[in-house]
Amino acid sequence: MEYTDFTVGEPIADTKAPAGPIAERWDTRRFEAKLVNPANRRKHRIIVVGTGLAGGSAGATLAEQGYHVVQFCFQDSPRRAHSIAAQGGINAAKNYRNDGDSVHRLFYDTVKGGDFRARESNVHRLAQISVEIIDQCVAQGVPFAREYGGLLDTRSFGGVQVSRTFYARGQTGQQLLLGAYQALSRQIAAGNVEMHPRTEMLDLIVVDGRARGIVARDLITGAVTTHYADAVVLATGGYGNVFYLSTNAMNSNATAVWRAHRRGAYFANPCFTQIHPTCIPRTGDHQSKLTLMSESLRNDGRIWVPKAKGDARPAAEIPEDERDYYLERIYPSFGNLVPRDIASRAAKNVCDEGRGVGPGGQGVYLDFADAIGRMGRAAVEEKYGNLFDMYERITAENPYEVPMRIYPAVHYTMGGLWVDYDLQTTVPGLFAIGEANFSDHGANRLGASALMQGLADGYFVLPATINDYLARHPGGEPVTDDHPAVREVLAETEDRLNLLLAVDGDRTPDSFHRELGELMWEFCGMARTEEGLRTALRRIPEIRREFWARVKVPGTGEEFNQSLEKANRIVDYLELAELMCLDALHRAESCGGHFREESQTPDGEAARDDESFAYAAAWEFTGEAPVLHQEDLAFEYVHPTQRSYA
Amino acid sequence: MKLNLRVWRQKNDAAEGAMATYQVDGISPDMSFLEMLDTLNEDLILRGEDPVAFDHDCREGICGACSLVINGDAHGPERTTTCQLHMRSFRDGDTVDVEPWRASAFPVVKDLVVDRSAFDRIIQAGGYVTAPTGAAPEAHATPVPKADAESAFEHAECIGCGACVAACPNGSAMLFTSAKVNHLNVLPQGAPERETRVLDMVARMDAEGFGGCTLTGECATACPKGIPLPSISAMNREWLRARRKAKG
Repeated sequence: MEYTDFTVGEPIADTKAPAGPIAERWDTRRFEAKLVNPANRRKHRIIVVGTGLAGGSAGATLAEQGYHVVQFCFQDSPRRAHSIAAQGGINAAKNYRNDGDSVHRLFYDTVKGGDFRARESNVHRLAQISVEIIDQCVAQGVPFAREYGGLLDTRSFGGVQVSRTFYARGQTGQQLLLGAYQALSRQIAAGNVEMHPRTEMLDLIVVDGRARGIVARDLITGAVTTHYADAVVLATGGYGNVFYLSTNAMNSNATAVWRAHRRGAYFANPCFTQIHPTCIPRTGDHQSKLTLMSESLRNDGRIWVPKAKGDARPAAEIPEDERDYYLERIYPSFGNLVPRDIASRAAKNVCDEGRGVGPGGQGVYLDFADAIGRMGRAAVEEKYGNLFDMYERITAENPYEVPMRIYPAVHYTMGGLWVDYDLQTTVPGLFAIGEANFSDHGANRLGASALMQGLADGYFVLPATINDYLARHPGGEPVTDDHPAVREVLAETEDRLNLLLAVDGDRTPDSFHRELGELMWEFCGMARTEEGLRTALRRIPEIRREFWARVKVPGTGEEFNQSLEKANRIVDYLELAELMCLDALHRAESCGGHFREESQTPDGEAARDDESFAYAAAWEFTGEAPVLHQEDLAFEYVHPTQRSYA
Repeated sequence: MKLNLRVWRQKNDAAEGAMATYQVDGISPDMSFLEMLDTLNEDLILRGEDPVAFDHDCREGICGACSLVINGDAHGPERTTTCQLHMRSFRDGDTVDVEPWRASAFPVVKDLVVDRSAFDRIIQAGGYVTAPTGAAPEAHATPVPKADAESAFEHAECIGCGACVAACPNGSAMLFTSAKVNHLNVLPQGAPERETRVLDMVARMDAEGFGGCTLTGECATACPKGIPLPSISAMNREWLRARRKAKG
């Protein structure tokens, strides 16, 4: 398979979003959706892969509705999914602050923040559901931050001017995930969810054009097993680990979505990746992952670099008038709170100018001296204490005394499996929720919106829409291991694992992952050019050939074998990376997190090309040149403008 | 830096285990402990040996996957998770022992990886609020005093890593269980199930084979998230109260 070219196929005509006023579309769809009789629900098996915010909430809710849920996670416990690491908060249009917020404003901010590359109907639904999520989580006992009167506290977050972000210190993701995990645990105890921890999905089983099950590997025994159901839900997260270094957990991977893509699910906007501006800079070649510092820090921290190139003085010795608070200078109305893509690129620009700080000049200061002067150290500690501790733990520098150093890192992937309004992929019966789908964030995600989307999909959207599919397809023929389609998938999976073990070369799996990651960071990272992308597209197949000739995977397949797990995930990264570069190459405009150097305004901002690219790019796998299907994006309510945060 | 590592190797739960010695060279003080083990494993793979299995995932101290006893201390010499322990805490030439969590309720899966599913079963026994999706009242319907919300949060911070059990001479899970009981029981949302929660979770904890608590306090000393020792006495009070109520 070589992605040197692509062909253009039929556009996507129907997204299943109802017509009519946007505020009524979700009600309309829920009413039109067929229901499954409660007595019949227990006869339906639904596979849910992943137990993060989307998967955990979906598994619990579907089980509460009476379905029999079969759920998987590769971690040793469903409580460890990477949603747990989300720090900052979750948005909701509650307008508790009386500061002019509304469902429509959250909708507007999200469409604009996504640089007009998201589907309006989905985004509006997300904004509507946001308020229910907070109610649900409070009822579960999620300990959100509160005011002295006992009511919920909120804060503002990058890219918006209202205070709508609910939070639990710097551990909002942890607390929301534990809420979903506990709801899931209740259903496991009740026998409604059959939970398979330490089990990784390796392929999708499609029978007669419908998703009917998965092939999985028991990571303890190594046994490759099949599991069947009436529908399959992928809640397997994003693919940021293609870049090797990212803020994702080490084991987060793209295998489930990539295998589903190979079985017929279109992959949308793979080049839309988010580089987060506030991460701790890397320290050396040993670096295994990057750590995010919540961007809530940008509410009170001021970002700056020295005005002069190569100024190596310690921060404290650089006088005020020799500092460049560049975000406040360039974007006076949003200042340090500009969206993530803008903040990241600005950091890259000042470092490229030779004004970066710290080892290798790959860092900028995030300074709390003013905040400590204004609020007092105790107030700063209460708000950000755990983040400051984490920073000091990693860098051995005390951020109460010297400014933090930060640098952008890969954080989130807006692209993912293409889904319709029901969150169904192009494979009937296969649904994708949370970061695994592409649906709501367009070309750039606003802060505190990932948790909102994961829980909206899992608690509220999928449980309403999957009924419609199940009601219309009430149980086909039972599928068994001797079905030809199953035998084929099983054989392919086993061949792939055996081949990985058989190469017995002279390079470790990680060495390939690192090589791929460096290539992607350079050519498909914060700034992309046609020439660079073509270089990457030439190099990736070479790395892939090298991998299959030289990788060394010790041990056997019939045991706990972490090297085999890793190598198998790298196989998929090596294919997905190519589609990302192709997508980035074909989209010859800049939008959100996708910055093409050829397409910028005179002052260096991303220049969109709505004439040519106001569509979601959904790619079909063919085994040869992929086929591009365009979903045209119509903006009836939020009219595309050049984003301006000045 | 150079280290002399002595690592517990055990092929699977049925096999006998033993300590094996490895020299690791070229360690930077900025490496995390797990990155140091990555370096060892890259070497072992190239030498055709089996790399050391260990659990890890987020590497930022929140998922609770990593779990090593380092020189006899759960998560090593600093009060943090192993993934957040950096090599600057060690000296060139040190000999460092690395072992799995040791507790009968946490059987070894391979090398340094153990099975902590007993923790999940304790939560399944009652570590939740019964609040099916869709049935929630408006979030501001029930104000929660700030002090109660903070107390709930302090206990809810538990990451379920199991260091408390590994550090306890009795292999007791009292700190883990009490963290969840106190998180939920202090909140008005958790009140309706207050009694059944503590009784059922403690019963499950005992059935899983965790040891009894003799208040040595090792658990709270090892806890990377600082779950306080009085959490245990608070749970005991909850348990006694619930028993009294149950007996009528």
